[in-house]
Amino acid sequence: MFEQLFPNVQVDDMITATNETLFMTFFSVLGTFIFGLLLGLLLYLTGPGGIWQNKIANWITATFVNVFRAIPFIILILLLFPFTDFLVGTIRGPSAALPALIIGGAPFYARLVEIALKEVDKGVIEAAKAMGAKYRTIIFKVLLPESTPALISGLTVTAIALISYTAVAGVIGAGGLGDFAYFYGFQRNSFDVVFVCTVLIVIIVFVFQFIGDFASRKLDKR
Amino acid sequence: MISIKGLSKVFRTKDQDVHAVNDLEATIDSGEIFGVIGYSGAGKSTFIRLLNRLEDPSGGTINIDDREISSLSKGDLRLARQDMGMIFQHFNLLWSRTVEDNIAFPLEIAGVPKEERKERVDELVELVGLGGRGTSYPSQLSGGQKQRVGIARALANRPKVLLCDEATSALDPETTDSILDLLVDINAKLGLTIVLITHEMHVIRKICHRVAVMEDGKIVEEGDVLDVFLRPKQKVTKRFVDQVMGDPDRESSLSLIKEEYPLGEVAQLHFVGERTHQALISEVSRKFQVDVNVLHGKITQTQKGAYGTLIVHLEGEKEEIERALTYVRETSVEVEVALDV
Repeated sequence: MFEQLFPNVQVDDMITATNETLFMTFFSVLGTFIFGLLLGLLLYLTGPGGIWQNKIANWITATFVNVFRAIPFIILILLLFPFTDFLVGTIRGPSAALPALIIGGAPFYARLVEIALKEVDKGVIEAAKAMGAKYRTIIFKVLLPESTPALISGLTVTAIALISYTAVAGVIGAGGLGDFAYFYGFQRNSFDVVFVCTVLIVIIVFVFQFIGDFASRKLDKR
Repeated sequence: MISIKGLSKVFRTKDQDVHAVNDLEATIDSGEIFGVIGYSGAGKSTFIRLLNRLEDPSGGTINIDDREISSLSKGDLRLARQDMGMIFQHFNLLWSRTVEDNIAFPLEIAGVPKEERKERVDELVELVGLGGRGTSYPSQLSGGQKQRVGIARALANRPKVLLCDEATSALDPETTDSILDLLVDINAKLGLTIVLITHEMHVIRKICHRVAVMEDGKIVEEGDVLDVFLRPKQKVTKRFVDQVMGDPDRESSLSLIKEEYPLGEVAQLHFVGERTHQALISEVSRKFQVDVNVLHGKITQTQKGAYGTLIVHLEGEKEEIERALTYVRETSVEVEVALDV
């Protein structure tokens, strides 16, 4: 039945491609979370009314974020070839896609982090100040815990964008389901392969969305 | 204990400088409940935020317990703030933490070890009457309960001063009263100095020992709550006193009373903090051969005793009425006969 409907689909190859996609997604989400959080905090803290209010630092961070968010992902990959080569030692394979994925994803997430932090009640920050809290305490014990649900739903949105980036990265030979669908499906006229790849990517997206929604809801005590 | 000299705060905006607090002078004694009342825009909110330097003063000095708050470095200011509790109109609790963890927060900041923290939190939960709610989240509490958590949190590090920023303004009248009772209780039990700001004269009347009336960034009138109630000098003060004693139709009721009671004597009794003769009216009618008929009036309780005015009609022998009034005059109650209409 399966072989009749999908004559060109090799299960082993599909599993390899899925694993590559999951690998790229997982590590790019991790990297994006770390760098995006740092950038987002920097944006918020140096912004107007922030505890490290600083026009120049804010301008530099905002410019960095805006520039990298403006570059289309496919061009960003090409642009980062030398950097990737220097960092990973190759420009092909799933690992080589990570620098571009993270540099493309982090600025996007940074803006979502900034929005999440802006939603934290100013009164609570003030209360912490009135208790004699240090900046570090305010960041780690007030700002981050109080914005956790928004940080997680932002990460979910970013992760889903990253999954679609991994498919784009496939075009330059990063591997994964996007790569597979293009070279083994589209170029060989095997549309059953394209179809199966699509279904797998959609499933991955749904799983991420479900986990994100669940965690965000669970942690929201408002 | 708290002495404030020449305190001012200027907010610079594009078009103009706003003097939110303007050359303000005040002394607040240790262990007293000091109320600041004013309409919005009077600068009272800025004033209380200057006390723990949530706003930095533009000029003047603040001394709390011989420590000059206004000139402390950032690090010393943080330590000084741990000696000052603050509660807020909107409670400002961390929604991500349980009641217990919210109360433990200032202790974490002060670096209190975990064991000790737990002990202190349990104590505080009981003190503010939240026993059994320790593991609830703020969203599961009512407004009054949230403010109780706020108070417990403010008291965690055993501060000497408690600052209350419109602490009851978001609460309904009944809850307001229970929170005010709690504050009085704490003031008595812990000998804590409380500085509160409010726009409700009711709050001043109920718990404050001294009151300052603020207008345009300055204290325009200040004194014992009873004195201010009895002899308000400024127009703005009179308006606040009317908030709780409001009696706009007294003039018309006086002329009516005169017509209705041509016999006997109509007298106005001014209660100005009477404590010992709380049951004065029944005392008088028991001791003297007079009937006392309360015609009109309002008495309210302050921290320093009963305050208010009663218009009474005394019926009986003329000499007996005189003796009764003489008796009343011997208490702190002021008597006014031969009323002008």
